[in-house]
Amino acid sequence: MTFLKITDLAVEFTVNKKTVKPISGVSFEMKSGEVLGVVGETGSGKSLTAQAIMGLTPLVGGRVSGSIQFGDHDLLTLSNDQMQSIRGAEISYIPQNPMTSLDPVFRVGDQIIEGIRKHHKISKKQAKEQTLEMMAKLRIPSPERVYMQYPHQLSGGLKQRIVIAIGLITDPKLLIADEPTTALDVTVQAQIMHLFKEQLIVKGISLLLITHDLGVVAQVCDKVAVMYAGNIVEYGDIDVIFSNPKHPYTQALLACIPSMGMEKGSLAAISGNVPNAGNYPLGCRFHPRCPHIKPQCKTEVPLMQDVSNGTWTACHKYE
Amino acid sequence: MREPVHQSAWVVIFRRFSGNKMGVFGTVLILGLVFTAAFAPFLEPHSFKDQNIELMNAAPSQTHLLGTDEFGRDLLSRIIRGARISFVVGVLSVAISVVIGVFIGAIAGFYGGTVDVVLTTIADLTWSMPAILVALLLVAIIGPGLESVVLAIGLSYWAEFARLIRGQILSLKNATFIEATRTLGASDAVILFKHLIPNCISPIIVAATIGVGNAIVLEATLGFLGMGAQPPTPSWGAMMSSGTAYLFISPWVIIFPGIAMMLTVLGFNLFGDALIDILDVKNNDSAK
Amino acid sequence: MKNFLEVENLSVSFGVRGGLLLRQVGTIQAVNNVSFSVAKGEAVGVVGESGCGKSTLARLILRLIEPSSGRVVLNDTDILTLSKQELRAQRRHMQMVFQDPFSVMDPRYTIFESLSEPFKIRQIKHTADERLAKVNALLEMVDLSPMHGHSYPHQLSGGQKQRADIARALALSPEFLILDEPTAALDVSVQAQVINLLADLRKQLNLTFLFISHDLSLVSYFCDRVIVMYLGRIMEIVSAEDVGARPHHPYTKALTDNIFSTVPNKESQIPILEGEVPSPFNLPSGCVFASRCNKVQTLCREQSPVLTATPEGGEVACHYPLS
Repeated sequence: MTFLKITDLAVEFTVNKKTVKPISGVSFEMKSGEVLGVVGETGSGKSLTAQAIMGLTPLVGGRVSGSIQFGDHDLLTLSNDQMQSIRGAEISYIPQNPMTSLDPVFRVGDQIIEGIRKHHKISKKQAKEQTLEMMAKLRIPSPERVYMQYPHQLSGGLKQRIVIAIGLITDPKLLIADEPTTALDVTVQAQIMHLFKEQLIVKGISLLLITHDLGVVAQVCDKVAVMYAGNIVEYGDIDVIFSNPKHPYTQALLACIPSMGMEKGSLAAISGNVPNAGNYPLGCRFHPRCPHIKPQCKTEVPLMQDVSNGTWTACHKYE
Repeated sequence: MREPVHQSAWVVIFRRFSGNKMGVFGTVLILGLVFTAAFAPFLEPHSFKDQNIELMNAAPSQTHLLGTDEFGRDLLSRIIRGARISFVVGVLSVAISVVIGVFIGAIAGFYGGTVDVVLTTIADLTWSMPAILVALLLVAIIGPGLESVVLAIGLSYWAEFARLIRGQILSLKNATFIEATRTLGASDAVILFKHLIPNCISPIIVAATIGVGNAIVLEATLGFLGMGAQPPTPSWGAMMSSGTAYLFISPWVIIFPGIAMMLTVLGFNLFGDALIDILDVKNNDSAK
Repeated sequence: MKNFLEVENLSVSFGVRGGLLLRQVGTIQAVNNVSFSVAKGEAVGVVGESGCGKSTLARLILRLIEPSSGRVVLNDTDILTLSKQELRAQRRHMQMVFQDPFSVMDPRYTIFESLSEPFKIRQIKHTADERLAKVNALLEMVDLSPMHGHSYPHQLSGGQKQRADIARALALSPEFLILDEPTAALDVSVQAQVINLLADLRKQLNLTFLFISHDLSLVSYFCDRVIVMYLGRIMEIVSAEDVGARPHHPYTKALTDNIFSTVPNKESQIPILEGEVPSPFNLPSGCVFASRCNKVQTLCREQSPVLTATPEGGEVACHYPLS
């Protein structure tokens, strides 16, 4: 059952009399219980997309257009107050970099409680109980002790678990996590993603996972949206897209990730650089770097096409 | 391939600076001071030394636009000459402070350990010693005069700059490019003087600018106490000092030098404040 | 053939101060008794997670940090016995490419000026034209143009800055290059560009590499052999082909198991390594990995294993290595 439907989401900024549109035409949907990965490199607009859904885009000279259908409401039509009541309760957000998203002057237990008590009328004692329970589920050792500690006393892995606890504890319908494991060691990353996924399934929470790490997406997500230069270029079922990517960018991206046992000298690089928001090429934004370019690509923007098995791609090759 | 847009740092600073009205006003004041100081001999309507006992303590008139002091000397001319003193003293003493302070502070921050502890203690001790006491000491040794004042201010004010640059260097010395330069085989001197100090210099420039204002006030204070410029050299502080005796007879003898000093210090402070805003913005802006 | 780089029993420990009076409260053995060798033209990777000491090891080899004990012999020169001056002269043979492209160049100098600096430091005299030609040649070697030379660091992208750093490291034609997480801060496609560039340069200039990284896939792709470190000690030295297929140390296996591969496999149960890297203070006696090892036995907690040879020509420090 679709509970999140994003149509033609676009964000525009006007700075110093110049207007840039970092993301545009972003459309996708999520069913409940699903894990959707939004994957892309720096400058692809994935973080901005998450912020736009949360209503947290930088306000100075920024305009968000399109529609974000969440349950019965279009989030873009809601007032700030209405968004405030949804944030944390129905849609939770785990921002990048747990090092800076935890307040250094408060104990971590208090920070988790703050989240619950803002949206649920329960006593402090009950909130604490729920918190300790959640911490145990996330395999935090000695939860009672960690509860009383300050962020700087915790390792990166523990901090990340606290931040995840804050995201999960209010039982939101949708959790948006922005690079939740980027700064962590490989073995810790595996632990955390495992526990995280466990909790999502148990509580029936859908996850919108923003990341640049294709490996994490492949192992954790059901669907994926690949973003490049502010557009979604490929979208659909994980198994299909990763085993048989259609868009040249997705193909190139998968080919440039080193893997164990890969033949030496076979790492393919993508020539050129990611364009920045002020300088998007005309037509297909990937055309200057695409090995399959046709004359049409330089002038016409490709639209998303259904290319089989529930996947879509925006490329002139498939029209 | 993306075209790098090359805009010289100075152009960016200049453009931003001209948008900052207070800063522009401050610059105008400073330029006024510099102009007056430079062209004093041509600007003064009378010689600053000429005494005219008959006209002592005369009120402002057509011949003496700002009146005369207790020796009948033209106040306007003395104020104009005083600009020279103030400017030279201000700039020289801050220059001395900056050189000493940056050198000591940079070494303390760079080497750390015992060297740091020793140098910081010396800086703290110097800082806690009022310039007035140092001036008294110097006056006792080399006699009163502008040299004593400049040295006194220079020798007590450096601690501020030392502390500033030490902090900057402590945080910058572990930056990757410093490590890279060391890996190339650069000596400590090269790292300190070619890389660390130049990258830490902005707050020093700002503090120095505001410091000139402070130094001028300090010179006036010392002059007021009779330790600075000796007569007939016109120092604004000394003028105000000798004018106190005549406060109720000819208040202009205090008021006009006071206004001159106020405008000068205001100019330097506004300029320095504007610099802070601008250099910060530039640093934030230039980070992609 | 004599080895190009010999590292013997290299160790360093740092005192840590804490408390009100900043007394020495403990020591961290950042690198503990590390020994290995690198042949000329070889690329050896050093892999490990946070606190394993790999970055410290790199700096010890270049003597940017003084070790507590051990030997480092590069091309028949004992690095640790050189005087300060001799060391500075020796630096031209061994260079480092750094991790953080964003602060790797002095922000006040153009790329051209930063690339000229190695020559100035070594007091190599050029005419203005010669210098320009040299720097442009370096830029070309890393696929940058003279226009990049005129730019300031903040005007270049992360990948371009990284390449400029490589160019600077190569300015004095070193034989040995240590790469400290050279692509950690870069996007995957930019990383591929830089890795391919490094592979080309390796061939062209017959360079010997020590490649530090947390990314085991990357290291096994690029390098000939892999050194796996944990809490300052070497756990295993294994060839790049064998690290995935035939690891001998349980930690090596854990690292390979925990890689998120891009082949979707929802059914697979990733064997999770419990716990986190323990605190480097007050390490328990015995094997440093004992607290997390799923094959741990009594001996492991009592005696620290030493590196012993494996049938494939590698080494492993484990009482009960996987076969």
